[in-house]
Amino acid sequence: MASPPTTATPVTPAATKPAASPMAPPRSFLWSRRIFLTLLTGFVLLPVYVMVSSSLKPLADVTGEFRWLPTELTIRPYIDIWSTVPLGRYFVNSLIVAGAATVCSVVIAVFSAYAVSRHSFRGKRVFTVTVLSTQMFPGILFLLPLFLIYVNIGNATGIALFGSRGGLILTYLTFSLPFSIWMLIGYFDSVPRDLDEAAKVDGCGPLGALFRVVVPAAIPGIVAVAVYAFMTAWGEVLFASVMTNDTTRTLAVGLQGYSTLNDVYWNQIMAASLVVSVPVVAGFLLLQRYLVAGLTAGAVK
Amino acid sequence: MSPDTAMTATAPAAQAAVRKDAPGAARGPRRRPGRIRRIGLPYLLLLPALILELLVHLVPMVIGIVMSFKELTQFYIRDWGTAPWAGLDNYKVSVDFDAPVGAALLHSFLVTVAFTVLSVGLCWIVGTAAAICLQDTFRGRGLLRALFLVPYALPVYAAVITWVFMFQHDNGLVNHVLHDQLGLTDKPSFWLIGDNSFLALLTVSVWKGWPFAFLIVMAGLQNIPRELYEAAALDGAGMLQQIRRITLPSLRAVNQVLVLVLFLWTFNDFNTPYVLFGRTAPEAADLISVHIYQASFVTWNFGTGSAMSVLLLLFLLAVTGVYLALTSRQRSQRKVKHG
Repeated sequence: MASPPTTATPVTPAATKPAASPMAPPRSFLWSRRIFLTLLTGFVLLPVYVMVSSSLKPLADVTGEFRWLPTELTIRPYIDIWSTVPLGRYFVNSLIVAGAATVCSVVIAVFSAYAVSRHSFRGKRVFTVTVLSTQMFPGILFLLPLFLIYVNIGNATGIALFGSRGGLILTYLTFSLPFSIWMLIGYFDSVPRDLDEAAKVDGCGPLGALFRVVVPAAIPGIVAVAVYAFMTAWGEVLFASVMTNDTTRTLAVGLQGYSTLNDVYWNQIMAASLVVSVPVVAGFLLLQRYLVAGLTAGAVK
Repeated sequence: MSPDTAMTATAPAAQAAVRKDAPGAARGPRRRPGRIRRIGLPYLLLLPALILELLVHLVPMVIGIVMSFKELTQFYIRDWGTAPWAGLDNYKVSVDFDAPVGAALLHSFLVTVAFTVLSVGLCWIVGTAAAICLQDTFRGRGLLRALFLVPYALPVYAAVITWVFMFQHDNGLVNHVLHDQLGLTDKPSFWLIGDNSFLALLTVSVWKGWPFAFLIVMAGLQNIPRELYEAAALDGAGMLQQIRRITLPSLRAVNQVLVLVLFLWTFNDFNTPYVLFGRTAPEAADLISVHIYQASFVTWNFGTGSAMSVLLLLFLLAVTGVYLALTSRQRSQRKVKHG
C-alpha cells in the first residue's frame, strides 16, 4: 500500500516478502478473506478438536450430553486402547503393509517413469493411458475377482496371498502406482536430459545414470510420491475389510472393533483415532512442501 | 533450483560428452547386443509395473466381466468356473427398473449422481477460494496451509469415525450445538439414519475432499507469473477482475484434470459411506459402491453384483470420454481463436 516498487529493484529474496506492490488488495477483499479463512479454519478444526478433547475425557463425559470441555482431564483412554482391542498388533500390521507397499511402489514407479521419460518405444502411449485409466475402475469391480485370484494362486503354488500381509501389500502398491508413475514422469521430464547423457558418457550405464543423476535431482518428487503411497495404503478400508484375518488385520478395520462392543467407548475410539493419525499427519505436514513442489513440477504442467 | 545449478556445473562435461560421443557413434552399428539391450531396456524397466497392473487390475477386471455373465451365487463360489452361464440375465435384473433390484439400483445411482455433483462442486469452490486467499504472503499463511491439509492427511477411517461421534443422536456435538445451544431444531435430529444422512455424508465428503482441490489449485497458481497481475493492476483491474480475467483462465488446464479426478474419486468412494454408515447405508445416502458391495457380499449374489459393477464402469467410461472430448475440443478452439 506504500510506494510502488521501481523497475530497477533487483530481484532478491527480500523482494518476495509482502512488500508494497501495485496489486495491494483492497480493504474489502482483506475483510472477506479474513472472515472466509476464519470460518474455514473452524470447519476444518472442529473434528480435530472433538478428537483431541474427547480422547482426554473420562467415559461419563462421552456417554451423556456432549460437553465442550472435559470435567477432568485423564490419559486413561490412551492406556486402555491397547487392551480393549489388540491395537498394537493392528498398528504393526499397518506399518508393515504400508511401509512395504510404499517402498515397492516408489521403486517400481521410478523405473517405469524413467522408461517413459527417457526412452521412446512402441506402446508408450498405450502404457501410460492404460495405467492411468486403472484409476477409473470402481474398486468394487475387481474386489471379488482379485479375491478369487489370490485364493487360486494360494491353492496352486502355496503362496498365501489371501489373508496375508503380502497380498495386501501387492494390492496397495498398485493403487498408488498409476498416480506415482504419472507424477514422476512429469518430474523426470523437468530434469535436463544433458545430465544423464553426460553421466552415460562418463561411464554410467542407463541404470547408473538413473540412480546417480535423475533420482537425486528428482528427490522432492520421489518424496511426494512416497508420502502419497503411504497415505493410500494406511487409509484403505474396502480391501482391508475383505482380505485380512485376525492376525493380519490392519488399523483401518481394527479401529471398528471399539464400536462393536456393548458399550461404545467413544473416548477410547477418539484416542485410538488420534494415535493412528499422528504418524501420517506428522509425516505429511513435514513433507507437504515437497508434495506441492512435486505437483507443480509433475502433474500440473 | 538444484537441477539448474547442477546443469551449469556440468555444462562443460556435457559438451565434452558430445565430442566424445562422435567416435562412439561410429563404432555403434557393430555392437549388436548393446543395441538389443537398448531397445529391450524400456520394456524391462516397465515389466514390474506391467505385471502388477495386469495381476491386480486388468485380469481381475476381465474376470469380473466374465462373472457378470454367470449365475454366481454362494453355491458356486468355491469353484466359480463351474457356475452356469446366465447370458444377459444379470444385466436384465439390474436394469429392470420396475422390479425391486433394478429400482433400488436406479435410486442408488441417482443419489450418487446428486451427491457427486454437489460434493465436487463444493470441494472445487472452497478449495479454489482458499487457494486464492493464500496466494499472496501474509503472517500465518504457512500455518493455515498446513492446517487446511489436515483433513486430507488424516486416515479416512479416523476422520470419519470422529464425524460419526459428532453426529450421534444423544451425545454428539452437532445436536448439542443445533438443538441445545442454538435451539434451531425442536428436538435432537437423527443424522446417520433417514433423510438427514445425505446431508451428513455430503458434509463429511466436502470436509475430507476440499483440501485436495486446494492443494492442486495452489500448485497451479504457482505457475502464474506475477507480472500478469502487476500489469493488470497497473491497467486498473480490481481484485475481482484479476481473479476473473487472470487467475481462473490460467487455471483452466489444471481444473480440467482436477474436476475429472474429483468426479471419479467421489463417484467411486466407498470408504467414507462405509465407515459412516456401516454395511447397509440409509436409503437417502445409498452410494453406488456400497450398494453394489451390499448386493454382492451381503446377499451373496456375485453375478448380479458384477453386472452392476460393469454397468458402473461403462457409465464412468462414457462420462470420461465425453468430458475429455468436450474439454479437448474447447482447448483446440481456444487455440485457434488466440492464433
